[in-house]
Amino acid sequence: MREPHVIVEGATRIYPGTAGRAPLHALGPIDLTVRKGEFFSVVGPSGCGKSTLLELIAGLQPLTAGRLVFEGVTVNGDVPPGVGVVFQQDASFPWLTVCDNVAFGLRRVGAPAPEIERRVESALRLMGLQAFATAYPAQLSGGMRQRVCIARTLVLEPRLILLDEPFGALDRQTRLLMGDELLRLWRATGATVVLVTHALDEAALLSDRIGVMSARPGRWLEIIETGWPKERDTGLVERPELSGLTARLWAHLRKEAVQAMGGGASG
Amino acid sequence: MSAVTRIQIGVLAAACLFVELLCRSGAISPLTMPPPSAIVVDLGAILQSKDMLGQIARTLADVAAAFVLAVIAGFLLGAGLAALPRLRAVIEPILASYYAIPVFVFYPVFVVLFGLNHYPRIAIGFLLAVVTMIINTLNGFDRVPPVLLKSARVMRLGRVATVRHVILPFAALYISTGLKLAVAYAFIGVIAAEFILSGDGMGYEIAYAFNNFENGVMYPLILVLLVVATTVNMGLYAWERRFLARQTAHRDTS
Amino acid sequence: MTSPGARRPVLDGFVLVAVLAVLWQLLHLAVGDLALTSPWRTVVAAAALLQSPDVWPHLAETGIALLQAYAIAVAVGLPVGLLLGAHRLSGDVAEPMLAALYAIPKITLYPVILLIFGIGMPAKIAFGAIHGAVPIVLFSLNAVRTLDPIYLRTARVLRLRPLAVARTILVPAAVPEIFTGLRVGFALTLVGTLMGEMFGAQRGLGYLLMQAMGVHNMQTILSLTLILVAFAVTVSVVLLRVDRRLHRHRAVQTITT
Repeated sequence: MREPHVIVEGATRIYPGTAGRAPLHALGPIDLTVRKGEFFSVVGPSGCGKSTLLELIAGLQPLTAGRLVFEGVTVNGDVPPGVGVVFQQDASFPWLTVCDNVAFGLRRVGAPAPEIERRVESALRLMGLQAFATAYPAQLSGGMRQRVCIARTLVLEPRLILLDEPFGALDRQTRLLMGDELLRLWRATGATVVLVTHALDEAALLSDRIGVMSARPGRWLEIIETGWPKERDTGLVERPELSGLTARLWAHLRKEAVQAMGGGASG
Repeated sequence: MSAVTRIQIGVLAAACLFVELLCRSGAISPLTMPPPSAIVVDLGAILQSKDMLGQIARTLADVAAAFVLAVIAGFLLGAGLAALPRLRAVIEPILASYYAIPVFVFYPVFVVLFGLNHYPRIAIGFLLAVVTMIINTLNGFDRVPPVLLKSARVMRLGRVATVRHVILPFAALYISTGLKLAVAYAFIGVIAAEFILSGDGMGYEIAYAFNNFENGVMYPLILVLLVVATTVNMGLYAWERRFLARQTAHRDTS
Repeated sequence: MTSPGARRPVLDGFVLVAVLAVLWQLLHLAVGDLALTSPWRTVVAAAALLQSPDVWPHLAETGIALLQAYAIAVAVGLPVGLLLGAHRLSGDVAEPMLAALYAIPKITLYPVILLIFGIGMPAKIAFGAIHGAVPIVLFSLNAVRTLDPIYLRTARVLRLRPLAVARTILVPAAVPEIFTGLRVGFALTLVGTLMGEMFGAQRGLGYLLMQAMGVHNMQTILSLTLILVAFAVTVSVVLLRVDRRLHRHRAVQTITT
């Protein structure tokens, strides 16, 4: 059994009320142990709090209650070292070339120039971006820009990679291809990956374990082990077990999704 | 050259031709306006006069000074306001209503402060241009997408580093609008001040020529002014398209 | 309980006016009475001016010129802008040309206006109207030109007749932008009318201003300016409120992906 990498105990997030809004209980309490090197996905209906969980783990939001530990360090509203996040929206810096984008994080921590060059070069190669090194993100497609963001994250060699619906804006075929790439990177870097997605088959396909979250405030309905081998790719779509898995996820989520949409739809 | 540009040139040429015909036929009396062709000829004569060239240079120098000061001050003030939201909330109504105020009425105040030289004119141009720069700088800061700020936090950038390496460069991309408007307003401010109130510069020469019925001097000067203002404006447009397009196009599409 | 960041616009407004008055007073103390009249004296003088029977005709003249200039600016600018924007090619051709026109100091054309209209009311009105019309055309043009084509497609799917389309879809979608143009147009019409009065007119607020500037009567200059600024800012704030309300309404409605 691999050692724990992220330990979440009773994590709860309630957004405080403002002059115009009541407090919002967004998430929790949630318990979770993510093991080192595993690929863990979170699925759930809209607004259930999956992104909130991700941001809590990343240290981008403070906990209202509970405890969060990453690599032995308590995390509460401050981003610990060793974490990388890929967001759904395009986070590439439009004023920098692809190459400068990827080098950004390394430059900020003052890594030596030859080291930067080496790592950037290798990240660009890994993401298939060498031909576009001097282009600006605005000149690239959405999928390419997301790769730039992933490259920029990877080049810092994070031990924990969090992805919040990173392929949300892309079409299905591109999503499948990116899924393959993600698996490849996961194996190459040995990092722990937590992926938030609304695409059930994507979660079923890519993950070692899947956390199924209820409607807001999000709590676990089930955590499912997929049992896939480590050497896998999207060729798994052919496997009959996949549809069984997806069906199991949907069985949980159908009710939750209806509830999240605010009412009873016909059965 | 695109169809649009060709049509634009065509419209301008047709308009000039139309006016030429009206003037030549006498429908527009020569006392009101000489034919465009005559204006161009007079222009040649004007441009050979050392004094006139001096006046033109003086005006352009004042406009440039007002512009540069307005851009620098406007950007700094805009950045400052972006950092102090409470202050910004208080000042924002002034910024929004600012252009309803005819600022050239403060000209006498500046004359008292600076003397009867070109500084009051520069001050008026500056006052007009600085606010649009502030507004557009604020706009640039407002538009920084939250996801960029989150990414900066994930990369563990401190507050200062985030401002320096993420917020400022992003805002800078959208400042070109402010620059274009600042140039336009600097022109308007300086020229208006010269025209109505002072004894120097192109605006003054135009007013003087008008008062002395010297159409042969007045119209060419007006033409010079129009050409210069338009050229500068178009230059900025072209610069914006060339250098910024590849950094900002498609930004809003996914 | 309001959070500390809540806005209190009315209170903020008072604070702002108070701060400005203090700064004014300090500057007055620094440069002396001849250079800058004190705030209090200015307010008193302004009140006196407003009640003076000598001054009223001038204010009325400016006001009438302003209204007429604005009416013309809207009556001409709005339809022209809408028509130009409705047709794609004309919109593409006209927009850069109008933007260039916006940037030109129109005061340089004033002598031409005077030569055409002669000195007096018509020249003032024409000048003010030109100043106001340009932004009105520009904004109306853009309002129509940048309408999301999805609106028109929706209208076609709903099989609406052209008038119904205009009334129920196009106008509500375009109104916020058009209104911004009307607001900016008003401010510029005011400036234009005033400028027209300052050069070559015999009556009006601008003329009074020029007179006062000629004899360096700081008190009159400042009190006239105060009246002007108070009027301009009041109208502007009111129009801004409406503008904000229109745009907020729109932002809520537009659900973009």
